[in-house]
Amino acid sequence: MTVETPARFSPLAEWQDRLAQSPAGFQVRELPCLTQLTLRVQPGGAAAKAVESCLGVTLPGPLRAELSGDVEVLWMGPDEWLLVAPDGRQDDLLARLRSAIGDEFATVTDVSAQRTTLALSGDLVRTVLAQGCAIDLDPRVTPAGSCLTTLLAQAPVTLVVHDGAASGVRLLVRSSFASYLAAWLVDACTEYR
Amino acid sequence: MNTPFRAPGHGRVDRDTALSFTFDGTAYTGHPGDTLASALLANSVHHVADGIKYGRPRGILAAGAEEPNALVQIEAPFPEPMLTATTLELYDGLVARGLSGQGKLAAEPDTARYDTMHAHCDLLVVGAGPAGLAAALAAARTGARVVLVDELPEPGGSLLGSQELIDGAPALTWVDEVLTELADNPDVQVLSRTTAFGHYDDGLVLALEKRTDHLGAAAPAHVSRQRIWRIRSRQIVYATGAYERPVAFDNNDRPGIMLAGSARTYLNRFGVLPGSRAVVFTTNDSAYPAALELADAGVRIAAVVDVREEVPEHWRTACAERGIGIRAGHVVTGTSGIEHVTRAHVAPFDQGNLGERQGVDCDLLLVSGGWNPAVALFSQARGTLRYDAGIGAFVPADGPGNVRTAGAAGGTFTLSGCLTDGVDAARQALSAIGRTGPETAPPATAPLPGGAPTRVLWRVPSPQDADDSPEGAVQFVDLQRDATVSDVLRATGAGLRSVEHVKRYTTIGTAHDQGRTSGVMTSGIVAEALGVDVADLGTTRFRPPAVPVSFAALAGRNRGELFDPVRVTAIHPWHVEHGALFENVGQWKRPWYYPRAGETMEEAVLRECRAARTGVAMMDGSTLGKINVQGPDSGVLLDRLYTNLMSTLKVGRVRYGVMCGADGMAIDDGTVIRVAEQEFLLTTTTGNAAKVLEWMEEWLQTEWPDLRVHLTSVTEHWVTIPLVGPRSRDVLALVAPDLDVDNDAFPFMSWQDTSVAGVAARVCRISFSGELAYEINVPAWYGITVWEALCAAGSGFGLTTYGTETMHVLRAEKAYPIIGQDTDGTVTPQDLGMSWVVSKKKPDFVGKRSFSRAENRREDRKQLVGLLPADERVLLPEGAQIIATSDIPEPPVPMLGHVTSSYRSDALRRTFALALVRSGTRRIGETLYVPLDGRAVPVTVTDPVLFDKEGARRDG
Repeated sequence: MTVETPARFSPLAEWQDRLAQSPAGFQVRELPCLTQLTLRVQPGGAAAKAVESCLGVTLPGPLRAELSGDVEVLWMGPDEWLLVAPDGRQDDLLARLRSAIGDEFATVTDVSAQRTTLALSGDLVRTVLAQGCAIDLDPRVTPAGSCLTTLLAQAPVTLVVHDGAASGVRLLVRSSFASYLAAWLVDACTEYR
Repeated sequence: MNTPFRAPGHGRVDRDTALSFTFDGTAYTGHPGDTLASALLANSVHHVADGIKYGRPRGILAAGAEEPNALVQIEAPFPEPMLTATTLELYDGLVARGLSGQGKLAAEPDTARYDTMHAHCDLLVVGAGPAGLAAALAAARTGARVVLVDELPEPGGSLLGSQELIDGAPALTWVDEVLTELADNPDVQVLSRTTAFGHYDDGLVLALEKRTDHLGAAAPAHVSRQRIWRIRSRQIVYATGAYERPVAFDNNDRPGIMLAGSARTYLNRFGVLPGSRAVVFTTNDSAYPAALELADAGVRIAAVVDVREEVPEHWRTACAERGIGIRAGHVVTGTSGIEHVTRAHVAPFDQGNLGERQGVDCDLLLVSGGWNPAVALFSQARGTLRYDAGIGAFVPADGPGNVRTAGAAGGTFTLSGCLTDGVDAARQALSAIGRTGPETAPPATAPLPGGAPTRVLWRVPSPQDADDSPEGAVQFVDLQRDATVSDVLRATGAGLRSVEHVKRYTTIGTAHDQGRTSGVMTSGIVAEALGVDVADLGTTRFRPPAVPVSFAALAGRNRGELFDPVRVTAIHPWHVEHGALFENVGQWKRPWYYPRAGETMEEAVLRECRAARTGVAMMDGSTLGKINVQGPDSGVLLDRLYTNLMSTLKVGRVRYGVMCGADGMAIDDGTVIRVAEQEFLLTTTTGNAAKVLEWMEEWLQTEWPDLRVHLTSVTEHWVTIPLVGPRSRDVLALVAPDLDVDNDAFPFMSWQDTSVAGVAARVCRISFSGELAYEINVPAWYGITVWEALCAAGSGFGLTTYGTETMHVLRAEKAYPIIGQDTDGTVTPQDLGMSWVVSKKKPDFVGKRSFSRAENRREDRKQLVGLLPADERVLLPEGAQIIATSDIPEPPVPMLGHVTSSYRSDALRRTFALALVRSGTRRIGETLYVPLDGRAVPVTVTDPVLFDKEGARRDG
């Protein structure tokens, strides 16, 4: 017995309608099922160079994100990056990276379903996030390309700033926390409706 | 809408609008801009509360947060206890009553919203009086990011309560100009009705904004009522002003006795006359403007009683022009009146001796004993204080590099001084962070004639000391705590020397007002009593919160569904839809059991257990922690962290393992699969996932950085579904057509990658129940799809979903321990009967050394055993103690151990338990006792494995 095309459900599939009802100035939607790979490698070494040449990008330094084509490289720690790419790229990327790494020491792990991604935009983004995020999101302090792993309310998130006015923000959240975070965001908008 | 106690032409209240309110059952009216206190005074209500200890009538002493007396309880629109009438903004429909010290919380839930907001700035200015406004303006003009918080409904601070001029115009004109400029600056945020209440490390200041309290029942429901601001600032200027302090004298607590500066505030800010005939008692110059302005507004000043012999000539002249008599070198020794002061007792005071007393009739007695800078926040920031003998107050000495004071908070009391100080403080603060910009000159103020110094006077000797005073005269220090000078002297008489001890002995300073009007006075009285310098004595320590903050505000939006994150698995919606009840496991919601209509928990769990042991059942095991271990040295790392060998595991196989701490105690267990030569995947207990990853990283990063291994949490990437029971093979075969499910092809403790319901899956043959079982892992997006496919495939076999309770029963029947339930950090693998999992071959691993400790080798350690109650219906409570005798002896009762797990078993047709029992293994077969409801329940100690001891069932 097989299912022809097995159905996928993203962590916030049930929240789509509620998220769509955000107030003017705050748009939020889930970017479901993105490809996500955890890369662990010592920066600066041969393995890192092999990865960089494979991805066509220098691995970003602390608190930064870099985009190369459709792969975004997020700094997660001193020897850890998260590679984010469109849906369905995991097998191809894994194979290419592992082949590039060869016998050097670096590891790549598919964690695509580990987190889901929220795209936030609008003039109210900074205000809404300031209700639960202790990071200063002023664009002079946290410009585009910033990548911060922090707490939003009580949920661990990785927050990526996508444009200079800090009005375009990506939030990566563990799948199990996604509905908590969605409920928190919807509630945070109460005052602006 | 005028009343006799509203002064025409004064105040900032909107007299064209009337607000109705009720106090102590009587209806009154006030105006927008009033506080409850000002509205009461305007209605000539002075007796607002009773002392907590002696029940004496109490009035309104102050006009702000320092008020010790006028505590009220709001009854409507929403009950709220313990608010000061002097800070409670009046609104239409307010119903309040005076409190004798204690209020009561609302019985119904508070439905108002409360929230939190983070803010960041270069400079935080606390206080929007002249110094704070000058500082904020100067900083804003340099382009700095500025936050200005102020507790009042509108900025201006002391300027709202005075008649001073700036740049030749009323000071509030300057205030308006400053606010307009600040409002136009996008990098400046001005927060009114916002009280900074706590200073924390790294420039974090917490402030409470009361956003809609002043709207009463008209407050919009979607706007938070109060907001906690978490402000992180590189530099902080505390321009928090000063509090006037009273002087202790006999019967200094009667309604109608008020701080002089507060009376001035009532006149100028609220247009309220707090009395009609006043005596002014002062130790310093600051009471004179109050006396003069009140006189000009129509209050008859019966006398100014100045303890000083020398009164500056310009004050003498100004008083003379108004026919006000000054009694220099005099003090107020006491008062008459019960409900309200009716007379001040005035006497000459020379070299500490009182002369002949004389009564002066009055309905208002204004007191000024000098001014205490408001240094609570500066002090919280670890700023040090020094005693300034000239003003009889503690002033800031040294602060940390990011904190300074400005204006009266620093002991500067003139308007021009405050304005200059504010500008200077801003400049210094910005310079400290390397920011420069245009200089701002402070505005001009009227030149001041020379003043005379304050005479420091803490208390007036009681005429009672000379034994000619009426009985019952009391000198109060802390009016809210009803603590008196006698109490202080009793404390020092009992040998207490520290003000901290005196505070705790007398309770002075422990009320809502934190001793703003009593603290320094107490230091002064203690110093006098002990004959020491008050400078050496100091003050009690200031701690947050500086003002009362409700728990609702601190909780903010972390209540209801947002109280604590609820973590759910990908299959959670299915569980909800199918009526599962949930158990909290850490932050996870896990299905507990799935009751059918009319079923009790016991019935449901027995049914689920029966299905797993006789047919097929499945559960959602996705919360299991999962850690991917990759790299050439993976096997080495795992060998060092698990008690057994992992490096010998073959690709395609699975092994159970236990991790111990360095003390040899079990900290986690789980399975390890070898994915590839250089890749393992291990599972952890649900609640331990993060802890185990950190534990492994700690060893890797700090002890063995030479190992080439990387750890990656993949807990939530996978949905994990244990499929359990004799028919599980049949069900799996239906959904995994490519998989050879034969026992030889797919043996116990091995894994295979295959397709399950069309989804790429990893299937492991692992059993946490003793039954034939599979663990199906798929990427979480496919969780529901695969789960439902299993449901469909299993329907012909009666596939039953089960929850954590059944999981617990099944594993307990097999004595599989739950780390953290059957263990408590003092239990070794050997204690669990799992010596087999501890390698004898490995040279070392974490915990190994401890196994040879004498304590670990004792024969009478507590060991895991089974317990069978003699009465097979008795369910022992988990945590129950175990004793040796059927009679419960007198305490202390020797305890042999305790019950760690206890269930009803469908397979055993009886109850059973697991327990940690001293020398448990040796006691197998013995009868022990569990005290329960006053009797001792007999139980038989058994081998912990109670079901299928030979393991015949795992292969189906």
